[in-house]
Amino acid sequence: MSTILEVKDLTKKFADIEVLKGISFKLKKGETLAVIGSSGSGKSTMLRCLNQLSPPDSGQVLLEGVNINAPGIDLNTVRADMGFVFQDFNLFIHLSVLDNVMFGPLRVRGMSKKEAREIAMNEIERVGMIDKIDFYPAQLSGGQQQRISIARALALRPKLILFDEPTSALDPELTGEVLSVMTGLANDGMTAIVVTHEMGFAQSVADKAIFIDQGVIVEQGVPEKMFAHPRHERTKLFLSNFVGLQ
Amino acid sequence: MEIIRILISELPQFAKGTLVALEVLAGLLFLGLVLGLAIALAEIFGNTVVKFFATTVRKFLWAIPQLVLLFLVFYLPFDLNPVLAAIIALGLCSSAFQSQIFRGAILSVQSGQIEAAKAMGLSKPKIIFYIVIPQMIRLSIGPWTNEFSSELKDTSLAYVVGVVEIMRQAKYIIAYTFGNTAAVYLFVGVLYFILTRIGTYFFYRLEERLWVPGFEKRS
Amino acid sequence: MISFFHYAIEILPDMLSGAWVTIQLAVVCITVGILFGMVLGVARVYSSKYIYWIVTGYVEFLRGTPCLLQLFFIYYGLGDMGLLLKPVIAAGIALGINTSVYQAEYFRGAIQSIKPGQMTAARAMGLSKWKAIRYVILPQALRLVIPSSSNEIIYMFKYTSVAFAVGVPELLAQAEINGAMNFRYFESYLLAAIIYIIMVFTVAKIMAIIEKKVYVPGLQLMQ
Repeated sequence: MSTILEVKDLTKKFADIEVLKGISFKLKKGETLAVIGSSGSGKSTMLRCLNQLSPPDSGQVLLEGVNINAPGIDLNTVRADMGFVFQDFNLFIHLSVLDNVMFGPLRVRGMSKKEAREIAMNEIERVGMIDKIDFYPAQLSGGQQQRISIARALALRPKLILFDEPTSALDPELTGEVLSVMTGLANDGMTAIVVTHEMGFAQSVADKAIFIDQGVIVEQGVPEKMFAHPRHERTKLFLSNFVGLQ
Repeated sequence: MEIIRILISELPQFAKGTLVALEVLAGLLFLGLVLGLAIALAEIFGNTVVKFFATTVRKFLWAIPQLVLLFLVFYLPFDLNPVLAAIIALGLCSSAFQSQIFRGAILSVQSGQIEAAKAMGLSKPKIIFYIVIPQMIRLSIGPWTNEFSSELKDTSLAYVVGVVEIMRQAKYIIAYTFGNTAAVYLFVGVLYFILTRIGTYFFYRLEERLWVPGFEKRS
Repeated sequence: MISFFHYAIEILPDMLSGAWVTIQLAVVCITVGILFGMVLGVARVYSSKYIYWIVTGYVEFLRGTPCLLQLFFIYYGLGDMGLLLKPVIAAGIALGINTSVYQAEYFRGAIQSIKPGQMTAARAMGLSKWKAIRYVILPQALRLVIPSSSNEIIYMFKYTSVAFAVGVPELLAQAEINGAMNFRYFESYLLAAIIYIIMVFTVAKIMAIIEKKVYVPGLQLMQ
């Protein structure tokens, strides 16, 4: 499989604090990458640097070999190619479920209403919400909102999707429905980067995991191996917080 | 019941006065809307100089009584007809209030909404057009309706520069029917009350139609 | 510019005496407005059905009619019926009544945003309904009402200028008189505007200080 995303030596400072101190990794098409680490480790910042929601100070992000920081690159097209799923969903509150999912194809991709609707219906079906298309975000549970926001990201037909702690804002009983949608996506061959605290998900679904601590990648590898036999002390310490990992 | 006969026979005059009042109202609200929106955008998105300028203009317009501004505009060194003077003066005062409404509404559009649109690859003009403005309109209709009814009543101030609106018509009618002052003014009160009610009902319906779950509803 | 300054200094004594009338008028009608507004506000929340409808009808009708009309009704209308009031008295009554119905709405809003548990707790301690209103609800409502109430106060301060229409010698009237005497209307109104701006900014500052002084942590208007 070909490399779809390559990140080279990403750094980012907020005021005087170095949040990212040189992050590099590669991702192949169809892979799911789990990014783990304690809060404040820089993993969410890293994700936001990838689609330039907060631009990195230095380093490169290559999407299919193209440096997206280079001058002359249309950032909006790049962002449309990288779906983004927020921790707190951020569905557009003035739009119905269907309009939310149609929004990308219609307003970003410039498709016709008919095409947009078709794509949207497919994606809403994929996340199992077809009976809720006329509802507004405020009428849905957190889990349902997150599933719709995944559908909204998918409707852009992105090359990969970035998940920023997609289940952290949910009540425990609602995380399952979102994780199962995400598992389905991984099985369908969607490329994804998932910042998460769900170690079970990371272990069973992700092809690769990276552990970030204090702005650097401490360890990376296949999740099962890494979780069972962490090589670094910091990884070991972090993983010891999660009971029930084999 | 002489007075009722008089009031009925004067209904055409009241209707004329009402039309003039509505003309002033439409004009001043439109002027206030355009200027108010401009001030709000300048105060939120402008650089330091623009921001300072907009805030200063707003504060001064807010502090001057409508009647004072009305006379100031009316007595400008060039000739303005009274209706236009009223529209300009009351519109300037209204812009200070409307800018506060729009500013509040724009600021209550949550940052996550804009960030999500950005993350989808939407350009800035499109974000303003498809996300900020539709949400801002819904958030401002309620307070804007208050401003509408307050300005409807304030069209009566145009009386002082000689605009023949409802109050001026009432004065004429009182003058040539010799008296009935209280009854005529009471009738004018009912007229204003009905106009205010019709207006607010219309905006209430508009708000209902635009309302979607998740937006706060006026009581 | 220089001629404006000369003229401004010349008419300043008249204008300041007008400003003093404005201030007195404002103090009277704002005080009346707050007291009556509080009573009307309480009545709209806690009174029996009939009183509720009477108060609501009164408040809503007055809120739907212009202040200038209310003033003319009281000065010319009642005068026509034999109740002749001095202009300044008529203005005080009309403006006081006008601002009281707006204050009433703010009080109502404030009272209704107090959590029901406050009333229940007071009643559970054995306080009568009116004592509970007096000692628990109103002290909280008074603090909650201040931001909107102070907007109304500032608004009313500016709005006292309508009193000129019945001949009260306040600031706007002085500007008109001096403008007519000297044929310098624009400059007279300009000076009036400047004095109003200074006074309104001062009132706003005072209100902000009061707001800060009576602030109680945790007590805020439900949005």
